[in-house]
Amino acid sequence: MAAPPTSRESGNAFLLILLAKRVASGLLTLFLVSLVVFIISGLLPGDAAQEMLGQSATPEAVAALRQQMGLDQPAAVRFLRWLAGLLGGDPGFSLVANMPVADIIASRLPNSLILAALSTLVAVPLALTIGITSAMRQGGRLDRALNTTTLAMVALPEFLIATIAVLIFAVELRWLPSIALVPAQGGFLDLLRALAMPILSLSIIVVAQMARMTRAAIIAQLGLPYVEMARLKGVSPARLVLVHVLPNAIAPIVNAMALSLSYLLGGAVIVETIFNYPGLASLMVNAVTSRDMPLLQACAMIFCCAYLSLVLIADTVAILANPRLRNR
Amino acid sequence: MKPHVEVKGLRVTAGGKDDSAITIVEGVDFTIPRGGVLALIGESGSGKTTIALTLMGYARSGCRIAGGSIRLGDTDILGLDEPGLAALRGDRVAYIAQSAAASFNPSKRIMDQVVEPALIHGRMDRKTAEAKAVSLFKALALPQPDSIGNRYPHQLSGGQLQRLMAAMALITGPELVILDEPTTALDVTTQIEVLRAFKHAVASQGATAIYVSHDLAVVAQMADQILVLNKGRVREAGVAAQVLQSPTDDYTRTLMAAARPAPKPAPAVPPAQAPLLEIKGLFAGYGKVDNTGRPEIPVLRDISLSIAKGATLGVIGESGSGKSTLARVVAGLIRPASGAVNFDGQRLPGGLEQRSRDQFRRIQLVFQNADTALNPAHSVEEILGRPLRFYHGLKGAAQRKRMAELLDLIRLPASLAGRACSGLSGGQKQRINLARALAAKPDLILCDEVTSALDTVVGAAILDLLAELRRELGLAYMFISHDIGTVCAICDDIMVLYGGTAVEIGPRAAYQAPPFHPYTDLLVGSVPELRAGWLEEQAARPAPPAIGPALDGADLCRFLPRCTARIDGLCNQFTPPRHHLPGGSDILCHHPEAVN
Amino acid sequence: MSAIVEKKQAEGLASPGWAARLPLAGKVGLGLVIFWIATAIAGPWLAPYDPGAFAHQDVFAGFGAAHWLGSDYLGRDVLSRVLSGARYSVGLAAAAAIAASCTGTGLALIAALAPRWLDELLSRFIDTLISIPSKIFALVLVAAVGSSLLLLFLIAAFIYIPGAYRIARSQAVNLAQMDYVQVARTRGEKAAYIAIREILPNMLHPMLADFGLRFVFIVLLLSGLSFLGLGVQPPDADLGSLVRENISGLGEGAPAILVPALAIATLTVGVNLLIDALPRRRGSKEG
Repeated sequence: MAAPPTSRESGNAFLLILLAKRVASGLLTLFLVSLVVFIISGLLPGDAAQEMLGQSATPEAVAALRQQMGLDQPAAVRFLRWLAGLLGGDPGFSLVANMPVADIIASRLPNSLILAALSTLVAVPLALTIGITSAMRQGGRLDRALNTTTLAMVALPEFLIATIAVLIFAVELRWLPSIALVPAQGGFLDLLRALAMPILSLSIIVVAQMARMTRAAIIAQLGLPYVEMARLKGVSPARLVLVHVLPNAIAPIVNAMALSLSYLLGGAVIVETIFNYPGLASLMVNAVTSRDMPLLQACAMIFCCAYLSLVLIADTVAILANPRLRNR
Repeated sequence: MKPHVEVKGLRVTAGGKDDSAITIVEGVDFTIPRGGVLALIGESGSGKTTIALTLMGYARSGCRIAGGSIRLGDTDILGLDEPGLAALRGDRVAYIAQSAAASFNPSKRIMDQVVEPALIHGRMDRKTAEAKAVSLFKALALPQPDSIGNRYPHQLSGGQLQRLMAAMALITGPELVILDEPTTALDVTTQIEVLRAFKHAVASQGATAIYVSHDLAVVAQMADQILVLNKGRVREAGVAAQVLQSPTDDYTRTLMAAARPAPKPAPAVPPAQAPLLEIKGLFAGYGKVDNTGRPEIPVLRDISLSIAKGATLGVIGESGSGKSTLARVVAGLIRPASGAVNFDGQRLPGGLEQRSRDQFRRIQLVFQNADTALNPAHSVEEILGRPLRFYHGLKGAAQRKRMAELLDLIRLPASLAGRACSGLSGGQKQRINLARALAAKPDLILCDEVTSALDTVVGAAILDLLAELRRELGLAYMFISHDIGTVCAICDDIMVLYGGTAVEIGPRAAYQAPPFHPYTDLLVGSVPELRAGWLEEQAARPAPPAIGPALDGADLCRFLPRCTARIDGLCNQFTPPRHHLPGGSDILCHHPEAVN
Repeated sequence: MSAIVEKKQAEGLASPGWAARLPLAGKVGLGLVIFWIATAIAGPWLAPYDPGAFAHQDVFAGFGAAHWLGSDYLGRDVLSRVLSGARYSVGLAAAAAIAASCTGTGLALIAALAPRWLDELLSRFIDTLISIPSKIFALVLVAAVGSSLLLLFLIAAFIYIPGAYRIARSQAVNLAQMDYVQVARTRGEKAAYIAIREILPNMLHPMLADFGLRFVFIVLLLSGLSFLGLGVQPPDADLGSLVRENISGLGEGAPAILVPALAIATLTVGVNLLIDALPRRRGSKEG
């Protein structure tokens, strides 16, 4: 059991290999995801050429357009071509909007990122505070109140949260606009005012989930013998949680953060729709309604990629935070 | 003189403040003079740890100190508020837990944890504390005392962690140290070193100590006074020598009897000579098997043994010696890498898939822990009924009749059949576990540490049952244990495993006196005797003599790194040969006469 | 002490009267769940008006004696529409959750006992599906195949199979390592017996809790889709559709938009409260 003194180099090499494996596995998953997205979005027999030209088009015209769009190629070729396009930053051409998908996305992606980033800034500290406070008072009145509240919150439909926010802040109090348009000009404060309600709604949704998982991760540790040992050393409750428990709970907490944050991009569909916010998720809804497959595929891949990146970051943090892996 | 610790009328309850609370400790009184060592002795559920923890004003979750008084010096401990208790804990009263491996924070370096009590109680600055820690590491005979503090817990062995925890407890110079089964999780050969280090360190600080244990022999080495507990009440209290030599209480006598099981009489009919199980040159382990038949990570190396019909072979070794792997290979759960396993003259297929139902039936495996070996979703009836139907096609009334016979055989009432296992006691569960194996009408039962998870008294009863069943049914056992006393009580032959090799194998009589293999010698010599002063008589083992580097790639003696009898130029160069000793056993050693 | 704890845990769901021992939040949850199951079954018969009839002369009317929950954007009775919409929300989600949990559990049992390559193949496939966020996956599927009631059921079930599989597989793999499973193997039992008799009974409790969570997810997903106009299509309407069609009443704070949204909330919150309050098996984690 007693390990011989290890050289730091071999330990680092081990870590690098471990991380490289995770990255490779993530890339493989991303590839498979793209395959799934490609296959599913091609499930229906009808094809884009037919749809563009309408039912009255002559078969010749349809065939010509098919050839022009590359639809007559075997599926494998079309997939590889699409994948290569994705990698090269050209996810295709939207026939519905009659412009390159990349351009449409470029106009929406920054909005989504701003909204997600601001919501993160609000949600993460709040969730950590609630989760840690709750865990420290485990079983107490505050904990039970917080626990029941967050338990109910995670089950609330997003449109209820958003509509109640509108009713309170826009209809009753008239503090905030009910439509979140990113002002073309104006300072950061204007931006905040415009985005306040979407941020509020999104934060409420993710805070509850993150706070619960933070609490659970800490409480899972509190039952372990090393915590009792620390108590019997005379360690104060605050020091116990912050210094002893938190480092051991980092992995599940970061994982919960990653899952919740990935929600801020793709999961924001309903919030974006209610506030008419021009983000990527509502763009994707439009793509579904108009059956704009290239746009739909590109959006789906962006969201999956974001999810996998966040999970990868969480994995990396978990590996680096684990002394067993860090110091072999 | 006023006692240093005085406990009066202590009462601890569990489960709420109202009438529904259950009393788990009641009316406990004791005093300890300054510098004295009091042992709290009892089985699980005796309340011994609960009592020890009250000395720190601490009750585990769900429990409450409901009455009595506890005085430490001039401090009334139960009168302290939370900050007062926090100031006491880890400073004036220190605690050494049973499992050091679990009680150290896995993500912090050892040194940070060892000096923490001194820092949070403001006893010294960090530099002084670290210097004191290093001096304690030296006093506790830890290797590399200057750098061991930089390690993380997972990088150290159980014995080392246990001693490091003692350093953590002693760093503030506490006036009272509570040792809670501190050596129970350790191998017996490690235990003796740790006991010695503890005794020396606590005495040199002049601290008062409370030693919690279920092991009378260990307590005999450590304590001045003994308090025998049962179900939260004091059964007997007195000076250690008196309690150990002339116990007045029946319960104490039962404990004493169970602590050293007497050898069980052999069956009337001597075992037949034809081997039932015969293993030759067995290698087993994990990973790829190379062309010489050795796995990448070998667990068992070149094992040969035989068990005659109706005979019992004891397999003894410390954790990691491969003893459980051996049982699993025979049972078919692990496929051997090479070597032959023959059963009743026939080659036993390595994997489960190729074995016949009759082969399955004739070899039954009984696991250590009945809690995990019995499916919690099944009733006793289902657990015993399945093998009866599966092997013997018994249904309905015939099955019920046989089941009643089985329950009678294991001395349990037939009314238990309809019960769920979760409602049974530990001893009852282990009997059901055994009955399931008996239901198959096997020829060989593989017993994997079947008494280790049980209290001493309950375990001794199971041992008696096994001996009885053997006489009545002519069963053969492979009896696996880490405890040489248990093995000697029930087995005809004994095999000692070390690092996956059989370092010694021979009849039970050969283990009564030297010469032994050096490891057997260490093992036999490490089992504490049930009398005070034994520990002092055992000379500290010398450090192994210096030898040159070991020859790469050679199949050297696995015990080489710890062996005090190793010979330079021989042990580190050549594979040890097998010798026959006059006592009747075969050893794997370069010493032709072995150690005495 | 341990004896009491064990007794408590042994009781669990199998013994009668478990409902009476639930904490207050759990009783509230149980009440809500029973209420919504009853509504889903009997709702259409209880509706005071034809849900499609223009029963009120005003649109977006408030609470009133004749129309308890007011009227919607076309003057239809909100109470009647909620009572008949609940059937879609509850029924569709329950069916999909059952399908997802059963499939996930079945696949997990196969993975836990099958040869390693099959387990790895299956797990890799599931890992891929789980990497597509559920809402995004739903949008892609709806775009590809459409959104009839049957398709919505299939889509929701398919999306939540990976999650159920993951939970079930980790349970099954742990249980497959238990000593009693090893005993069954050395008794010579076949894989099917081990899966069904030894492992499955010990998975039921956690999978039941997981089923509840999955039901909540699916209710939220389907009502979200309906809210976006991509779920249940007119003339059918689930609770999400009701929120969508009355969105223009938001500025007036009309009951027509709040009531269906609150209805979904009471359903999902109720299930969550109930699951959280259910007695837990030993060894399972808080949270």
